[in-house]
Order: sequence, then C-alpha cells, then structure tokens
Amino acid sequence: MIFLENVHFAYDGLYTALRGVSLQIDEGELIAIVGSNGAGKTTLVKHLNGLLRPDLGRVILDGVDTKHNSVAELAREIGLVMQNPDHQLFLDSVEREVLFGLENLGYSKVEAKERCERTLNNLGLEGLSERSPFTLSGGERKRVALASVLATEPRVLSLDEPTIGQDARQKENLAKMLGELNKKGKAVIVVTHDIEFVIENFPRTVAMADGRIVADGPTNSVLSNNEVLERCSLTRPQLTEAARCLHNVFPEVPERLTLIDDLEAVVVKILGGG
Amino acid sequence: MPLIEFADFSFKYLGADSLALRKVDLNIEEGEYVVLTGPSGCGKTTLCRAINGLVPQFHRGYIAGNVIVDGKNTREHNVAELAPIAGLVFQQPENQLVTLNVEREIAFGPENLGVERKEIRRRVEELIDMLDLEHLREKHPHEMSGGEQQRVAMAATLALKPKVLVADEPTSNLDPQSAVTILDLIADLNRRDMTVVLVEHRLDLVSKDASRVVLMDKGSIVADGEPREVLSMDLCQEIGVGIPKATQIYKRLKQRGFNLDKVPLTGAELATLVQEVKQR
Repeated sequence: MIFLENVHFAYDGLYTALRGVSLQIDEGELIAIVGSNGAGKTTLVKHLNGLLRPDLGRVILDGVDTKHNSVAELAREIGLVMQNPDHQLFLDSVEREVLFGLENLGYSKVEAKERCERTLNNLGLEGLSERSPFTLSGGERKRVALASVLATEPRVLSLDEPTIGQDARQKENLAKMLGELNKKGKAVIVVTHDIEFVIENFPRTVAMADGRIVADGPTNSVLSNNEVLERCSLTRPQLTEAARCLHNVFPEVPERLTLIDDLEAVVVKILGGG
Repeated sequence: MPLIEFADFSFKYLGADSLALRKVDLNIEEGEYVVLTGPSGCGKTTLCRAINGLVPQFHRGYIAGNVIVDGKNTREHNVAELAPIAGLVFQQPENQLVTLNVEREIAFGPENLGVERKEIRRRVEELIDMLDLEHLREKHPHEMSGGEQQRVAMAATLALKPKVLVADEPTSNLDPQSAVTILDLIADLNRRDMTVVLVEHRLDLVSKDASRVVLMDKGSIVADGEPREVLSMDLCQEIGVGIPKATQIYKRLKQRGFNLDKVPLTGAELATLVQEVKQR
C-alpha cells in the first residue's frame, strides 16, 4: 500500500537523518520501528504523510508517487500522532479537539459526536471531555492527541512514542484499540522505545540505526538478535534476560523466550509441576 | 527531622474540578531513594512540583496542609530559595536547557545564586567529569542526542548542590541504553548519599536500586514500603501499575503452590531463586 523507495533526507540540507531507507507497508500490518535516539525513526514516519519530503527517493501510495499530494490530502489516508502532544493540541476542550479532525474530514455532526465519545471511552478519557487539554497530566494529554487521530480511523495510523507517560492499564487499552483498528484492515506503525509493548503487540519490527534500516522481520527474531540490540541501543527485556540466565543453568530453557506465559510454563516444568 | 515532609497536603489546580493531591502525608529521610509510581494522572508530577514550590507558586491553585523541605515551608519560601535544596529534572531535557554550551549551562544556576567564580569553575569541572560530558564541552545542546541532553540537564541541576534530586520521568524520551545510563547515574548519586525522588513507570529498570516505592492513585498515597513488598501487592495490578515481569512470574508461581525465597525484581534474580528451589 505504501512504499518508501530509497528515501534520503537531511534537515536544512545539512543534518543527514535518512540515508537510503526502503520500506514496504501493506494493508492490515502492525509494525514497530525501534532504534536509538537520532536513528531517523521520527523523520521516517513524517515522510508517510508528507510533513517531510524526500531529498532523494520516493514515497508511493497505492502505486502513485505522493510528491504532488498536499499534507491535507495525505492526512485523510495517513494519520500521524506526534511524539509531543503539545505540538498537536490547540483547542480548549478535549471534546472539541477530537471533533475538529472528524468535522474536517466531513463527518456529520451526529457521526462525529458518536465516534468522539467511543474513542474517548476506549482511551479512558470519558470523564475529561469538557476539560481543557492544558489542565491535564502529560499522560492524559498524550491520550487526547491519540484520540484525535484514532477517531478518524485513517487507513494508515502512525504513532510516535504512544506509550510515553502511560501506565500498564492505559497501554493495554491502547493496544486493544490498535488491535481493533487493525482487524478492520488498517495498518498501524508505531515508533517506540518500549520493547515490551512491541513484543506483546507487533508481529513485525523494523530496527534503525544512523538513518538506515538494519533489520526488518518478525519481532521475535529482530529483538533477540544481539548485534541488532547493540547497534540500535536497545536492552534485552527482563523476560528474555530471565530466560537467558535460566538457560545457563537449565539448558532445556529456550534462550529466546519473549512471552510471559511461555516463561511461566518452563519454570513450572523445572520445578516439577504441570 | 525528615528532609521532605508532606503534612496533610492537598492541592487543586486553578480551573480543575478535582484535587490533584488529596491529603498526602509523606516523610522522606536523607539518603533515601524513593520511586514514585502510579497510574497516569494520579498526581506524581504535582507531588514533584510541590517539593520545590513550583506548586503552588508557579502552577497556581488551591492549597491545604503544608510541605516542609529541609525545614523550610514551601508556602513561605520562593522557588529560588528552594531550588538549591531540591533540584528538579524533567521528561524533556530540551525544555530545561537555556544556554549554548555545556560549561555555560552548568555554570548558569550557581552564577544566578551568586556563587563565587572559583567555586563555580570547580563544580563545572567536577560535573563534566562525573557525568562523562568531556566530549560534549563545545557542543550546542541541539547537536546532542536526547540522552546527552538529559545528562547535561542533570549536571546543571546538580551544580546547585541540591540535597535532593527530584526526577520526573527523566528517561521516557530516551532509547533503552541511554535510559539505563541515566538510571545507573542516579543510583550512583544515591550511593554517594544524594537523596533521590524518581517518578517512573518502568519499574523493571529502577526497583532494584530503590530503597522505597511509593504508590499513588487518584491523588493519594495508597502503598508505601520496600520495593519487593509493594510490587508484590495485588493492588498494583488493580490500579493498573505494571510490575516487573520477574515479579509477575513470582506471583504466578505462588498461585500454583511454588514459593520462591524472596520476591525477584530482575530476570537474573528470578533465575537464581528458581535454581535455589530446584536444588533443595
């Protein structure tokens, strides 16, 4: 559906952020982009909806180069939630913030209201609809920014660090919503440092370093590759670390475990149960 | 006398319809490493702001009760007087950096407090060394990575020689390795007797170093104790706080009738505890 073809980009023509990135995103995919600070992850997602344009290379949507499409046109298809909610929020109530995008896309008042309510409920913001976003906590503002884009249900949803400031429950709610959108055939692309969130929810992971993609494949294999972890400034999640330590003593424990149910099962087996 | 004392302290932001902090009683002694955690919107940031008087002096609102920091009531002393006692570090380091290079940035705070030049020089060099900033000396903050910016922001805060470092999610914008670097640095400062109050959601990274975990929900403190004790409470999951995966496994094993000798906080601890039970 979207194809980034050998995209190069430098800020002000000086600070090189992308050095030849090619990435194909198909309908209904759940993709996580990981990598160190300054690897080019945010720059990459800003190319999807035309906020940034490649210096070299192309961004192709449904087989057509998007270089002549405006950001407004692309925003109908591709929703982007930026890392800092304060760069996005500007209205004086949570509800108006969410309705704004819906009404701009031409939804009727009734439909917009209905979608707005549903999204606020799903993100645990139902009691806050009359509040000004600027009186909310950092985590709540982040969810308002997410709600304003999620409510429009674009074909491609790209979220930059959506889990910052979110507790475990909010992360679960967000994952559930993304899962539901995904079932409707939407593609979801998340830029994140939250490795556990990636492992639990995203089958495909793209790892970046120095403006290049250094690995792209099934999440389990990308995130258990020590060389990739090192190059992309990632750390091993606690479960994988536990599995590795156990493996050293009990060779029957697979070294590359990432899911808690699996680890529980092997430990129970070691201890003589199950 | 505790270094920080919240006595029946409540606060409501101007224009908000509910309390951000609700009858908080909390004593923090010198040398403690307190991790403050709880669901999004529970009042963690407000509590940090109350330690150096930003609440209520900068963020206005309605206030009841008192906060006493190093013997000073935050109602009676302004932020400039409290800043040398409680140093705050925030989520977005770039919001905190004000000058054009590392030396100027570190010197900025003490210069404003009228510290003697020679002493400022000494502090700048000491912090550049301690936080590994030598290679950044000539760099503009905007040319630095997020982790580097956060180290500079911490150095600038520490230059005031605060008695307590209050860090509000200092690593949430950082990649995992940079986050670990900052958290190791904080643990190291605590070992050198710095009192630390750290707001953090990622308990898997910090609970092993903390001496105490304070759990908040809806503006109140709902649990307070040793990390292993607080994180193994069912209350954590009930209010939506993510506990370390190793601790989760401990709880699941317990339900199945397998008891490990203590509550693990890291993967390596879990592996050792399982091994001990197995060898019995």
